[in-house]
Amino acid sequence: MASARRRSFVALVAAAGLTLGGGLAACSSGEKSSDNLDKPECAAFKDYTGIAGKTVSVYTSIRDAEADLLQQSWKQWADCTGVKIDYEGNGDFEAQLQVRVQGGNAPDIAFIPQPGLLEKLAKAGNLKPAGDKTQTMAKQNYSADWLKYATVDGKLYGAPLGSNVKSFVWYSPKMFKDKGWTIPTSWDELISLSDKIAATGIKPWCAGIESGSATGWPATDWIEDVLLRDQGPDVYDQWVSHSIPFNDPKIASAVDKVGSILKNDKYVNGGLGGVKSIATTSFQAGGTPITQGKCALHRQASFYANQWPQGTKVGEDGDVFAFYFPAVDPSKKPVLGAGEFTAVFDDRPEVQAFQTYLASADHANSRAKLGNWVSANKGLDIANVANPIDKKSVEILKDSSTVFRFDGSDLMPAAVGAGSFWKGMTDWINGKSTKDTLDYIENSWPK
Amino acid sequence: MTVVPPAVVTGETEVAPGGVAKRVGKRLTSRTATVVSILIALLWTVPTFGLFISSFRPENDIKGDGWWNFFTNPSFTLENYQEVLFGTSNVNGRLASYFINSIVITIPSVLFPVFFCSLAAYALAWLNFKGRDWIYIGIFALQIVPLQMALVPLLSFFSRGVSLGGVTILPAWDLQGPDKFIQVWFAHTCFALPLGIFLLHNFMADLPRDLIEAAKVDGASHPKIFRSVVLPLIVPALASFAIFQFLWVWNDLLVALIFAGGNQRTAPLTVRLAEMAGTRGNEWQRLTSGAFISIVIPLIVFLSLQRYFVRGLLAGSVKG
Repeated sequence: MASARRRSFVALVAAAGLTLGGGLAACSSGEKSSDNLDKPECAAFKDYTGIAGKTVSVYTSIRDAEADLLQQSWKQWADCTGVKIDYEGNGDFEAQLQVRVQGGNAPDIAFIPQPGLLEKLAKAGNLKPAGDKTQTMAKQNYSADWLKYATVDGKLYGAPLGSNVKSFVWYSPKMFKDKGWTIPTSWDELISLSDKIAATGIKPWCAGIESGSATGWPATDWIEDVLLRDQGPDVYDQWVSHSIPFNDPKIASAVDKVGSILKNDKYVNGGLGGVKSIATTSFQAGGTPITQGKCALHRQASFYANQWPQGTKVGEDGDVFAFYFPAVDPSKKPVLGAGEFTAVFDDRPEVQAFQTYLASADHANSRAKLGNWVSANKGLDIANVANPIDKKSVEILKDSSTVFRFDGSDLMPAAVGAGSFWKGMTDWINGKSTKDTLDYIENSWPK
Repeated sequence: MTVVPPAVVTGETEVAPGGVAKRVGKRLTSRTATVVSILIALLWTVPTFGLFISSFRPENDIKGDGWWNFFTNPSFTLENYQEVLFGTSNVNGRLASYFINSIVITIPSVLFPVFFCSLAAYALAWLNFKGRDWIYIGIFALQIVPLQMALVPLLSFFSRGVSLGGVTILPAWDLQGPDKFIQVWFAHTCFALPLGIFLLHNFMADLPRDLIEAAKVDGASHPKIFRSVVLPLIVPALASFAIFQFLWVWNDLLVALIFAGGNQRTAPLTVRLAEMAGTRGNEWQRLTSGAFISIVIPLIVFLSLQRYFVRGLLAGSVKG
């Protein structure tokens, strides 16, 4: 028995040694340092010369299935140029990236979803400004509205990559058709529709803001979206940059407007319970009652399309779809959204080349063809976007009458945007008054 | 759960040298203690049991309601396991390689500390040199330093090396790819030393002095005493420390994330588990089966070594 155990242990160690040795051998055998740029399918990439055999490390918060698609999207570029892309996705990206940068182990390129973090890293001198080719490519493909979020002290640090549109209200087209409800096009219509639905005995709205350590973020999106509608983009910008205080009466008015829905017992929380159940329902499950006919409306971003229970068809003729969260003044079209930006920590030619490629229309289309992708890239051909909700998002982003604003909590200092704002909104749902909540958040703003 | 502390407290308040271990042992085997411990065991097991049941429920059921509905509305599927182990997407299908990574990380990260700690503990317990007690107190005190504090400096030590006033004292290690395992082993070994030395020192210092002296009289050198006399006697303590360290390293996410990275070639199972739910957590039903797959090895290790564990724990800590 004892010897058997020892033998199996030796085998285990040997196996461990073998895998390690195998890994080292595979690494040291060296990659071919030649590119395939002369092949016909590589014609689009003929400018990316002289970087074959190099490796670029990528660090992102995108993981699992979406990471697979992303890696697939640049496979052809990597095959053609001979560059190896070392991909790493992590759920704790924001914290880990800073640890790595401080520890001198920064990746070559990171996809940063928070312009606030990008600014911080750029100001600390950790990021390298985008190269000339990347700048040209970015300016050609993205609007100034987008690029300003990656510009620090007049220097462009990267281009946007993926995006999402947050100003959506999910509903069930079938339910609307059966009951004869129509899609509202203004705030007043939205409220009268809510009243109409409430009168039928169904609570019209459902929501869930629980999201582990990030609990509260869906509520911050609500506030931002409504602030954009209630007070307009200028006040929104002042609020984000803290040139008006967080507890300004204008902000309070927007928060109360959200409260007229989220803290209204007649309106929420369809199929899930009372107002307080919003705080305990996970964001993934927040819209599920719509599929059960217990709730009619759920305000959530385009990416919520992946959260519906298995087998739910998303589309105008499907089980669920989304309409644009209407503005107070129907002639205006404010849109709240978010996305990630490519930022480089090293300016080796292969890293710059990769950054340039990611800003190109080639990549946007290559990624969009694989499905499940929204980008603000002007060169994105809408025919390549298959998913109806993604299509709608791209249309909104491309529409020139759209006034786009980036998710405010990603622009604010992390102590607020990823801290007290989330917590404050959770307390607010749990019964704290608007004034107390806003005072609390204002006091937490780093001096 | 609030019932337990009194039992322990009474055991400690009546401090009578010598008989404490015996009395604690007695208290722990009384009938009420047994009932209480069974109750606690049940309470602790319920969530794990719920997770286990959930792992066999279909996705929509898991997301729709609690696991206890399984009993009124049973539906059984192995799909979660299938998806996690053999899923068709790139990352899912490779759970096996993360498993190997975990093993490659864990085994040396257990063997190194066990080896170094036993040597250090021997020196601190049986070699007479100046400042010995101060060194021991220093090591003991290091236990209170949270490892999070050391992450950035240690990472910088690996990637930038050490330089003092512009003079390079140690060059950067500059490890790439699978070589990053070395960083993880190094980090885990460092973090394990204070507790390991403390545990083993206490155990070794309790060995009868006569035994060591008899060996000395017979002309044995320190290495010889260590190998032939001390080592066989401290096997239970070594085993319990090894299990501690094994469970800690196997379940560790933070150290691996920073020093091994999330790359498929070096990341352990825990890193993959953390990613498994997807970017926005929409596939969290996979965590149920993923958790159980990752539990398998620790369970085997724990069950096969548990008799050492209990013995080593009592011997190392309760003895005064």
